[in-house]
Amino acid sequence: MKLHSIAFATLAFAVSTTVASAEGKLSIYNWGNYTSPELITKFEKEYDVDVTITDFDSNDTALAKIRQGYTGFDVVVPSQSFMPIYIGEGLIAETNPGQMENGKNIAEDWANPDFDPGRKYSVPWLWYTSGVTVNTEDYDGDVNTWGLLLDPPESLKGKINIVPEMNDIMYAAIRYSGGDWCSNDKALLKKVHTLLKDAKQYWASIDYSGIEKIGTGDIAASLDWSGSALKRRLGNPKIAFGFPKEGFTYGSDNIVVLKDAPNMENAKLFQNFLMDPENAALNSAYTRYPAAIEGAEDFYPDDMKGAPELSIPEAVRSNGELLRLCDPDTTALYGRIWLDIQK
Amino acid sequence: MAQNIKGRGAPGRKWMLTAPALIIILAAAAGPLLIVVVYSFLTPGAYGGVTWEFSWDSWVKVLFERDLFGDELTLATGNLTIFARSIWLALLTTIITLLAGFPTAYFIATRPRTRRDLWLLLITIPFWTNLVIRTFAIQDIIRQEGLLNTALIKLGIVSEPLQILYTDTAVLIGMVYVYLPLMVLPVYASLEKLDRRLLEAASDLYARPRSVLWNVILPSSRSGLIAGSTLVFIPAISTYVTPIMLGGGKRLMMGNYIELLFGQGKDWPYGSAVSIVLMTIVMAALLIYARAGGPRGGAHG
Repeated sequence: MKLHSIAFATLAFAVSTTVASAEGKLSIYNWGNYTSPELITKFEKEYDVDVTITDFDSNDTALAKIRQGYTGFDVVVPSQSFMPIYIGEGLIAETNPGQMENGKNIAEDWANPDFDPGRKYSVPWLWYTSGVTVNTEDYDGDVNTWGLLLDPPESLKGKINIVPEMNDIMYAAIRYSGGDWCSNDKALLKKVHTLLKDAKQYWASIDYSGIEKIGTGDIAASLDWSGSALKRRLGNPKIAFGFPKEGFTYGSDNIVVLKDAPNMENAKLFQNFLMDPENAALNSAYTRYPAAIEGAEDFYPDDMKGAPELSIPEAVRSNGELLRLCDPDTTALYGRIWLDIQK
Repeated sequence: MAQNIKGRGAPGRKWMLTAPALIIILAAAAGPLLIVVVYSFLTPGAYGGVTWEFSWDSWVKVLFERDLFGDELTLATGNLTIFARSIWLALLTTIITLLAGFPTAYFIATRPRTRRDLWLLLITIPFWTNLVIRTFAIQDIIRQEGLLNTALIKLGIVSEPLQILYTDTAVLIGMVYVYLPLMVLPVYASLEKLDRRLLEAASDLYARPRSVLWNVILPSSRSGLIAGSTLVFIPAISTYVTPIMLGGGKRLMMGNYIELLFGQGKDWPYGSAVSIVLMTIVMAALLIYARAGGPRGGAHG
């Protein structure tokens, strides 16, 4: 009898703890070093939720893992170019963030994007533009061109870093060759291939961490993104960021809720929480990337307010376009070209 | 009768005792490997993954490449370059660690017994830290404004900083540093067992030091040298971190290539096929080891 009651008590305790902890959990699957700890602490306090964060290092890794089925993650932050895959394959839940309480705060440019019309699935995490970061001590000419990376001036030769993001580098090379993104015109791509092959001899590295070496003797210019460029400039005022006149992309990473999220309600709460300007600004302060939430700028730290890297100048606005995913065949072809360059 | 049953049951039970080991080998080692083999005969899925349609394509792609813009098949020089570069760098690493590791091991083995542990401890200290962190440290030493270049300039040996980072030399420096202990330890183990009286006997018989080295020390530490070379060669050929961090990721080795094929290349079957090629090279190295490092025949006397 006694044994029985102990067993029962243990069981009851086990059940009660599982239930209690299941109520207050949220599991985030995000890029490494991309989540503001302050934001998380604030969310945990406000909703009495325990948050765990798991890192991934590329869209491909994240997608591969999520495709395998149940992961235990609630939310994931893919780049917009991957959104059609997530939606098309039915991996994410239609949570309708656009209709949530804070949905009205999404900045006009981002409220109704091609990859998620009406914001049925996703909340913008942060947004960015692709461009060129240059140490102006090595080169003091016009920084607004992909030519610095693809047909570099003498002083930058051998000191260039390319981030290994196929879409960004292929976009730069295609636009520099006068073509349109997602074009599969053989003559154009042949030109792109030759351009990249010739340019590679002037590249020092094809590496993400190469960006961090700008301003040291080894690297003087890099393919880069707005927030990362701002980080570099805050460390060294000689570093500048250019919006290439041949065309540049802007894009965003977006937080979506997985279809089989164990903590669906908390995930939705988190989506809504992120559309509050003050919270979005916390994320921006940490990552240095701008938030796509109206009014978040007011809460930015001072060194971010009015930073030239973070807003596209009116004059060059028409040179930018939303980076989109090409069809599988074109993506595969681009992949083969990029692979061939890296050999 | 009872004895009879026992007699028949024993071999079965013995087999049962090895079952846990067999299960682990099959499930943990052979299983994933089998998946890789199967994947290499499938068709790549859209945006990564595989579709279950049989295809030889990936294996054709290992050796031949379709022209990017036409359809003619040519020898896949790009792939072969990567394979050759990996083998070459791994061999160089093995040779350099051998040249540096043998004297080190000999030095330690000839110290008084009580001091040897200290020297061995010093050799193993690098293992206390993660490979990535050690590689970062090397990056900091060889970069343009790093320790090495600053020292060379201050000493007036060079006027311009040397570009070492992001070259094959940097990759080689990194690999030699990382894998040196793997050479020293087995060589030390075999040298330690060397009977010193043999050296004395050789000297007594008027063998010159060089002759002692070639005819006595090297042959008797042969198994250690071969074990060390294998231990260095195998991880060196599948190195992943070093070519990216020190080589700048623009001259790929096989490990990086495989990662690229699975990641941005979005061609899992092709990545699987290249993985199997890598495994075959490793297997060949092991076979050479098994042949050469096995018990010595009577030929050596």
